[in-house]
Amino acid sequence: MAADGQAGGTAGRVRVQPEAFDFAAEAAAFAAAQTGAGAVVTFTGIVRDDGGDLLEMQIEHYPGMTEAQIGRIAAEAAARWRLTGLSVIHRHGALGPGETIMMVATAARHRADAFAAAEFLMDYLKSRAPFWKKERRRSGAGWVAARAEDEAALSRW
Amino acid sequence: MRLDVRYFAWVRERVGAPRETVETGAPTVALLIDELRARSEGHAAAFADTTALRVAVDQALAGFDAPLAGAREVAFFPPMTGG
Repeated sequence: MAADGQAGGTAGRVRVQPEAFDFAAEAAAFAAAQTGAGAVVTFTGIVRDDGGDLLEMQIEHYPGMTEAQIGRIAAEAAARWRLTGLSVIHRHGALGPGETIMMVATAARHRADAFAAAEFLMDYLKSRAPFWKKERRRSGAGWVAARAEDEAALSRW
Repeated sequence: MRLDVRYFAWVRERVGAPRETVETGAPTVALLIDELRARSEGHAAAFADTTALRVAVDQALAGFDAPLAGAREVAFFPPMTGG
């Protein structure tokens, strides 16, 4: 595995990498590694094709800060909910329509903690992890603007 | 003080470089921006609307009033779009 950024510890595993990953295999490995869990929640983000208009998504990030920032977000999730583990994988580089961008997995004794922690991780990854997306479309290229709803979503935590 | 200044996404495109080293005595991020604006038309375009910018000092998110004493790296970028 040529992951170019890894962070571990009790807050969970964080991987930032250009390579594609198999989310089913990652989810199975994550679930198998848990002790005492009764619930595993996973979320996988994929590149929308927008009816064939999207040709490619280029994801830029801030090496070093990306891993540190996701690590802080993961530590916060681990402190707020009773989790047996969590995992974040986020890709960067050029991705085509339908490709997997990222995944989050959380595990807990009961599902409420796992669901809440996964939602929290997603909300913070959207607006507080240093990634930027540039889309190349048939209709032109441009940076994806941050959405006000994504910023507002943080206030619920 | 020597600072490594880094730019990402459209800020990088407008400045025309991903990073540069600057010699500065600016005590805060906001005052550093005033100096950077004067470096080129590209810099001026990148920093035209600071409400559209986010800042990290030594790879941690910071505000425009953040002090730069002891800092080594400052980064400017648009609001993040992960996930």
